[in-house]
Amino acid sequence: MTWSWQGDGTVILVAMLAGCACALVGSYLVLRRMSLMGDAISHAVLPGLVIAFLITHSRGIGAMLIGAVVVGILTALLTQMVARYGKVEEGAAMGVVFTILFAIGLVLIRRATDHVDLDPSCVLYGNIAHIYADAFHGTPVALKNLAIVFALNLVFVVAFYKELKVSAFDPGLSSTLGINANLMHYALMILVALTAVVSFEAVGSILVIAMLIVPPVTAYLLTDRLGIMLLLSVVFSGLAAVMSHLAVIAFPVWFNTPIQPDTSAMMTVFAGLFLAVAIVVAPRRGLASQAWQHMALRLQIRREDILGILYRFQEHLGDETAAAMPTEELRRIFGHGPLTSYALRSLRRRRLTVKIGGSSLALTEKGLHRAERLIRSHRLWETYVAQHSDLPLDHLHEPAERVEHFIGPRLETALREEVADPQADPHGRSIPSGHPEKND
Amino acid sequence: MNLLSKQRRLPEAADQHHDPRAPISIHDMTVAYHRRPVLWDIDFAAEEGRLIGIVGPNGAGKSTLIKACLDLIPKASGSIRIYGKPYKKQRQLVGYVPQRESIDWEFPINALDVVTMGTYGKIPWCFPPRKKHRTAAYEALEKVGMAEYAHRQISRLSGGQQQRVFLARALVQDAQLYLMDEPFAGVDAATESAIIALLKDLKARGRTVLVVHHDLQTVKSYFDDVILLNMRIVASGPTATTFTEENLRKTYGGKLTLLVEAAEAIARGGQENR
Repeated sequence: MTWSWQGDGTVILVAMLAGCACALVGSYLVLRRMSLMGDAISHAVLPGLVIAFLITHSRGIGAMLIGAVVVGILTALLTQMVARYGKVEEGAAMGVVFTILFAIGLVLIRRATDHVDLDPSCVLYGNIAHIYADAFHGTPVALKNLAIVFALNLVFVVAFYKELKVSAFDPGLSSTLGINANLMHYALMILVALTAVVSFEAVGSILVIAMLIVPPVTAYLLTDRLGIMLLLSVVFSGLAAVMSHLAVIAFPVWFNTPIQPDTSAMMTVFAGLFLAVAIVVAPRRGLASQAWQHMALRLQIRREDILGILYRFQEHLGDETAAAMPTEELRRIFGHGPLTSYALRSLRRRRLTVKIGGSSLALTEKGLHRAERLIRSHRLWETYVAQHSDLPLDHLHEPAERVEHFIGPRLETALREEVADPQADPHGRSIPSGHPEKND
Repeated sequence: MNLLSKQRRLPEAADQHHDPRAPISIHDMTVAYHRRPVLWDIDFAAEEGRLIGIVGPNGAGKSTLIKACLDLIPKASGSIRIYGKPYKKQRQLVGYVPQRESIDWEFPINALDVVTMGTYGKIPWCFPPRKKHRTAAYEALEKVGMAEYAHRQISRLSGGQQQRVFLARALVQDAQLYLMDEPFAGVDAATESAIIALLKDLKARGRTVLVVHHDLQTVKSYFDDVILLNMRIVASGPTATTFTEENLRKTYGGKLTLLVEAAEAIARGGQENR
């Protein structure tokens, strides 16, 4: 299939505008932990549309928008009422309200379709192909409407940035500052309803929900600044629109089929892909970063355990001068895996240990210092636990082995003060002296 | 049922019950959730420049009292004046520190952002905070010893640090009257003493502070006045004379069975158990 700026360009623009408009208001739904509200409103507006049509007998955008806004507000109000008087949680109340309103819409739509083509499946799935065709007879209506709604959302989010922020974060404080949190809530609901209705035509009501939630959640994972989150969610929506339509065009070639998938469906798939990538690579919260932190911690513990063994070996020999332990022996104790190898190498690189006679390892002065601190933490902990509980002596070592890696200078000082005689541990071994130092 | 009907008296008529010099005065206030009264007939007037503790058992309505003062929940009856005028006209004079648990700490903002929110009341709608507002916020963070964490996302702060951020936010509000909901809950010893130093400083500058508090051990050393609350005010006044064993027994011991029963009856909509 050949590229046409008029057709394909318009479709991409429509998808971008719909996605970005959704992302702007959807971000606040996600932040207010009411993502389901997008779902609720985008379904519940159906009866509003149908009733508006039945009254005006036209599919004029004005009447449709009024119908949608009225029902949108009604959804938010009814949800609060059902939650309060039905004494159920808000999620359940929302579920009750929007399904019933949607069903009423489905019933009414039968009555409407007697008169004109108001196609239920078009409401559900949208009809982006129509827009493609429309583009060749002047500017499609959907494009104009979406441009207006996107601009409206953008102005709202920028102009009321401070008010939206404080009312979403802390409604109580917001109201005491004179920024009515309820007012902001309903303003947001009205825009969600408007956005949903106008996006229907392009991407359909089911996919509107995805575009309201998925890009903002992706952005939320990647940043901890509100402004950047809004920006990223818009960028991801835009990218998803462009890439999805290109993929749609390429699809018949790749899979050798004459059938083209729907751009709006493809767009949701792309948004989902972005989210999947974000879940893996997100800083701090992402899987990769967590795995990395976990590995780094394991490596540090392994290094410290090796230092501990070397120290105890040296202590056992009673030799102040460096006692060397065969590397092979260390590998036997800690396993032959890559973690041990890497820990051994990084100990040498940090000049904490030194190789002696080719295959043995000894502590350097720096290494001895570090090991002393570790053993001190270990034995102080054992002493502390022994003095504060009557555990048998053989129960002390294991937990101390774990805790020793996490005792910082502050905790160490506190332990030293708690322990009556900080000279010897419960097993009678001496606790290395020295002062707690800053972790380096 | 007259008790629960919305106030019909003219506002001017209510003013005679209020001392215009009191930072906050509450006259005959009753608060109900779903018609079930949780606070009965509250009468209270604060003296300027005092630290006032609000103490009482769980479910006594301590947080409710504060929220009702701030119009965050509706009153069934009664009236409140802040320096002689209704709260709506005096918002600028009142600072609020909500409970730490009421907030989503995963929200994508840093400590400085949270403190800057304290200045929003002084900025017109749709205008962003300016440099002077951010500077004020930063100085407030310095004051609570949190300047080095200004740019840290708030979920990465400890409980005590989060509470300090909240206090810094109250400081930049620069209010005359502060209402604080359990600022000492779940904080470390260092934060506790930092908070109390801050409260003393506010007091020295003539501010009035109402604090919901649950550690009975420290009431005497922290507060000038105390309100002993259990659905109604059991006693209130200077801590030395009010915080007595007998009053505590009245507050904590023996349920106020009749109040609870009446509240149940009102909630059911019937008169009495038949």
